Amino acid sequence: MNDVLKDTRDDHVVIRDVTFRRGQRKIFDGVDLTVPRGKIVAIMGPSGTGKTTLLRLIGGQLKPDTGVVEVDGRRIPQLTRSELFEVRKSMGMLFQSGALFTDLSVFDNVAFPLRIHTDLPEDMIRDLVLIKLQSVGLRGASQLFPSELSGGMNRRVALARAIALDPGLIMYDEPFAGLDPIAMGVIVQLIKTLNQVFGMTSIIVSHDIHETASIADLIYVISDGKVIGSGAPQDLMQSEAPKIQQFIKGIPDGPVPFHYPAADFEEEIMAGQEQRGWFG
Amino acid sequence: MLSALRNLGQFSLDLLEVLGRAGSLWWQAIWRRPRLANAPLLIRQIYQLGVLSVVITVLSGFSIGAVLALQGYNQLVKYGSESALGLGVALVLVMEIGPVVAGLLFAGRAGSAVTAEIGLMKATEQLSSMEMMGVDPLQRIVAPRLWAGFIAMPILALMFSVVGIWGSSLVGVDWLGVYEGAFWSAMQDGVDFKSHVLKGIVKSVVFGLVVTWIAVFQGYDTAPTSEGIAAATTRTVVYSSVAVLILDFFLTLVMFNF
Amino acid sequence: MQMRTIEIVVGAFMLAGIVSLAILAFRVSGFSVGDSAGTYSVYAKFENVGGLVTRSKVSIAGVIVGQVAEIELDQKTFMARVRMEINADVNQISVDSTAAILTEGLLGGKFIGLSIGAEEAYLKDGDEIRDTQSAIVLEELIGQFLMKQF
Ligand SMILES: Nc1ncnc2c1ncn2[C@@H]1O[C@H](COP(=O)(O)OP(=O)(O)OP(=O)(O)O)[C@@H](O)[C@H]1O
Ligand SMILES: [Mg+2]
Repeated sequence: MNDVLKDTRDDHVVIRDVTFRRGQRKIFDGVDLTVPRGKIVAIMGPSGTGKTTLLRLIGGQLKPDTGVVEVDGRRIPQLTRSELFEVRKSMGMLFQSGALFTDLSVFDNVAFPLRIHTDLPEDMIRDLVLIKLQSVGLRGASQLFPSELSGGMNRRVALARAIALDPGLIMYDEPFAGLDPIAMGVIVQLIKTLNQVFGMTSIIVSHDIHETASIADLIYVISDGKVIGSGAPQDLMQSEAPKIQQFIKGIPDGPVPFHYPAADFEEEIMAGQEQRGWFG
Repeated sequence: MLSALRNLGQFSLDLLEVLGRAGSLWWQAIWRRPRLANAPLLIRQIYQLGVLSVVITVLSGFSIGAVLALQGYNQLVKYGSESALGLGVALVLVMEIGPVVAGLLFAGRAGSAVTAEIGLMKATEQLSSMEMMGVDPLQRIVAPRLWAGFIAMPILALMFSVVGIWGSSLVGVDWLGVYEGAFWSAMQDGVDFKSHVLKGIVKSVVFGLVVTWIAVFQGYDTAPTSEGIAAATTRTVVYSSVAVLILDFFLTLVMFNF
Repeated sequence: MQMRTIEIVVGAFMLAGIVSLAILAFRVSGFSVGDSAGTYSVYAKFENVGGLVTRSKVSIAGVIVGQVAEIELDQKTFMARVRMEINADVNQISVDSTAAILTEGLLGGKFIGLSIGAEEAYLKDGDEIRDTQSAIVLEELIGQFLMKQF
């Protein structure tokens, strides 16, 4: 495989020959992928190829049909329920939908993991929460409820919550979706800082090629249930492989099937965009 | 013919599978006993399931007690036995109508709310994100609701019976003029704490467990869409109402020595 | 809502449950603690106890003085042997009193009515009332009535 992988000894996440199906459909067909400790790894690919599914496999919410999923050397699918919950304490995940607790205020949402997993006194929790909220620019919104936030604000709060415990491994599912350019710049910087200062291993799922490339150490491109390319951003940018080129440059016409096989391409684009609108 | 058989087999297998999942959910959750740190969650759920059901329970109890007194009086007075009115109403309320009707109201009022709430949490990935934070939703979401149902339901049933008896005494004694002493003493002679009141309480505890179990499971197992939640909520009310009525029959059969 | 308010309301709810239970216990089912402490047992044999059950009342002149504790069949005489628990403070029931099984209303429950005799000696714990009157069984009455007609 890739050079970057060979000389990394310490892998935080290892995925080997994983297959996974949803009903009749094979989502993954022999995926191999490693995430070196302390790096920012981006996972890219067309909508619906299973990027979110991959994160759920790493988090143990789904079990692969065959293959190995290891986090910190522990085989996730083999863990018991309580071991799994133990392992998850050192993971953070930003959900694509944000998934804030609607019955708690913004403040309490971010405080939630701290209150449960630490015995910190309330005033310290307050400080920590405000620091996290400040870092996503929403300290002023701490008393609002999720229903009072915009979509972009929602995800920023969710981001603050995901990093509340400063987890060793953090997975961002589309952290830039729905953000204005300024907020996007701030979040990109935040992800980078968290990685550099706390050494958080970060997995980013994103469609925003340029932002992602600017901070990622390593990019995997997934399509059709397989890893079709991987490498450092600049290597990938210069890659000759037509599939990669098509993806990086964002050319609609090419060998990569961006959408689930269907009839006419024009229609597909329309349908695909709608889908991204709702779920993407 | 063959396909009908196959459908039947498929249906039985599906049913067994659902029962298995529901059973394991219940089993896993019930052993996550609310720890002291989780007491606020339990209290909040007792509030949601119990306190918020008090008004509807008390109103229903009162009117059912009053109606029982009216109808009972009409029949008993023909035989000059209207002094047995209090006894009859109290027995019927304590053993049957209290637990059963309070259970049905609980299914409609609290059960549906639990299903909708948990279903929506699932649909909006709140349960998933909780899991990913290393917090077990069985412990934080499911267990407090199961225990709250277990605690709140008997209290509601007791309130129902007491208010019903009070309503019947208002109608029977104060309005229709049954002699007050006879009304209460016949009741006290005929109603036995151990063999009537206690068995009624046992019934209501069982109903509380079963209704919240069904409600929690339907919410937890729902398809994460708006139609899914709507269907699950309806199922909760239907299944738990039927379960209350059927279980009542069997509990009566077992406890009252037939 | 404030957690404290919720706690208070839930506390009130639980209290209401306990009060309801107490009402059902004491007011509705006449449950009283250590009832049999202050009683003594008196026996009586009846040809037929009809619908008499344990916990049926025992009364003198309409005042409740005790309750039926036990009903069993005496295998020698094939009569029903009833044990009554009479309140200890009612201790001047003469030995020649009569025990009759009576009915409250037409369809009401059965109870035992004691009519006091003339003797100076009083019933003690374990004594038996000799003079008894069985329950009037509705079917028998109707039967007799029909026999007389024809
Ligand atoms: N609950 C489910 N049941 C059945 N199929 C599912 C389910 N969830 C996802 N899928 C299928 O799995 C595939 C991968 O889904 P996934 O959410 O992982 O895509 P994704 O790569 O994250 O896409 P996007 O970029 O749009 O978020 C999709 O084609 C979808 O149809
Ligand atoms: Mg996704």
